Amino acid sequence: MHAEQISVFLENKAGRLAEVTKVLSDAGVNIRALSLADTSDFGILRIIVDDNKKAESTLKDAGFTVRKTRVVAVEVADRPGGLHEILAFLQDARINVEYMYAFVRQKKDNAVMIFRFDNTDQAVRALTEKGFSVIKGETLYTM
Amino acid sequence: MIYNMEFETLPREALEAIQLRRLRANVERVYATVPFYRRKFDEAGLKPGDVKSLKDLSRLPFTTKQDLRDNYPFGMFAVPMDNVVRIHASSGTTGQPTVVGYTARDVATWAELMARSLSAGGASRGDIIHNAYGYGLFTGGLGVHYGAEKLGASVIPISGGNTRRQVLIMRDFGPTVLTCTPSYALHLAEAAQEMGVDFSALKFRSGIFGAEPWSESMRLEIEKKLHLSAVDIYGLSEVIGPGVAIECFEAKKGLHIFEDHFLPEIIRPDTGEPAGPGETGELVFTSLTKEAFPIIRYRTRDITSLNYGPCVCGRTLARMTRVSGRTDDMLIIRGVNVFPSQIESVLMEIAEVEPHYQLVVEREGTLDNLTVMVEVGEKTFSDEVKDLMSLEKRIGKNIKETLGVSVRVKLVEPKTIARSEGKAQRVIDKRKI
Repeated sequence: MHAEQISVFLENKAGRLAEVTKVLSDAGVNIRALSLADTSDFGILRIIVDDNKKAESTLKDAGFTVRKTRVVAVEVADRPGGLHEILAFLQDARINVEYMYAFVRQKKDNAVMIFRFDNTDQAVRALTEKGFSVIKGETLYTM
Repeated sequence: MIYNMEFETLPREALEAIQLRRLRANVERVYATVPFYRRKFDEAGLKPGDVKSLKDLSRLPFTTKQDLRDNYPFGMFAVPMDNVVRIHASSGTTGQPTVVGYTARDVATWAELMARSLSAGGASRGDIIHNAYGYGLFTGGLGVHYGAEKLGASVIPISGGNTRRQVLIMRDFGPTVLTCTPSYALHLAEAAQEMGVDFSALKFRSGIFGAEPWSESMRLEIEKKLHLSAVDIYGLSEVIGPGVAIECFEAKKGLHIFEDHFLPEIIRPDTGEPAGPGETGELVFTSLTKEAFPIIRYRTRDITSLNYGPCVCGRTLARMTRVSGRTDDMLIIRGVNVFPSQIESVLMEIAEVEPHYQLVVEREGTLDNLTVMVEVGEKTFSDEVKDLMSLEKRIGKNIKETLGVSVRVKLVEPKTIARSEGKAQRVIDKRKI
């Protein structure tokens, strides 16, 4: 039930992000969601794309350090407290969130959040049992 | 295998008798034929006849790189140009190049020493040697080439560069021995991987790597990635070129110096005094048999120590430990002596770190700062900031513990650090002092 995310190592220097988007754009890969974690020296770009294989191979060919990471996409009610319900549940269930970011598109009336857990399988099981809607990778990439 | 059983296994006494006879003849000859040496001897109040024992060597004046530059191009030659059949020169990247010459007998001596070296590294007649040292003024390419032919091996004179073509030739010609710089060996491994060529499917058994300092952990990395047994070779054009000293594949514990042709000494670099037995210091060479370009007490600036103990391979020749740095590569960071090779060893001990690094020294205000740039490869890359930060911290901590100096660690993208086809540039010193 997990989704795949592509992570790219970037040095903090002018134009590096644009080089990633150029490589993906030339390859016809569509970016569905992204987040950027950075320090003063380097950054980690995390993206959800419509074609993981193509994104990974073209970025590698262009000389980037790339890895695939398992993340979980969860529907979140688009109203005050929607996100809090999930986070409160995760806290009670002692499931650790490494990082999270928002997906651009909505699913019907719900927002979609991307989560990275230290234990992906356990998190998916717990969320599903509790009735949260976890979105399959294939659905997510083309949503 | 020992190529020259007689001269590589001489009892110390017999070896020293040969050394003294050759030293005395050499000193007589340079005094008579090279104005530079005559002047230096006269200034020191020495006559060639004053050399009566090997101990008297330490009374002779040193020769430095600057002396060779001052006598550019042919001022140090001891024979008329009619008798010089070959000329080589250093790259001159740090100043005027130094030029060396060879008579036909010098070329033959060199070939013999390189045949001994290749043999000590595990090569023999019937091997195919892929020689990726540069051919040209640099002594690496032709040095290995002549030795390989003398040994009776087949040599592929591929020289440096055009890495993709090298990989195809390795795949198609099936060479069994690789000779190149250690950094180029790793570069070849990377290129092969990118091209889908598997080194474990190639026929390499041995690799003989040198012309730049490298570490024990880099040896392990090369042996693992290239699936061969790697030995270190040492030489410098001022002495003869490659083939001054070689590790035996049996022990891989120090490089046997061909003492029947070169007399080694270790001195304290600051005072020039002879170092004690086993002490680490600067390596100094006196040639014993060279005709065109004899050299007296040449200061190599390489830091090492000598071991006269017996070796499992049977050679009685003294061994120099792997060169741990150069007196001129040595960085002084806030009063601490730092050799790039020490940093390399620390990096290579961290399993997930790539063997590509560069040191940048800057002076901020009055303080020197050393930045260690390390490439982030697939093994290193975690998509979580905290993992990468902790890797940076771990590298910094290990360097601090080993060298006693605080450094800044910067993770950089792969291939940021220029891969040399020849010698890797490991240090960028931006200090303006």
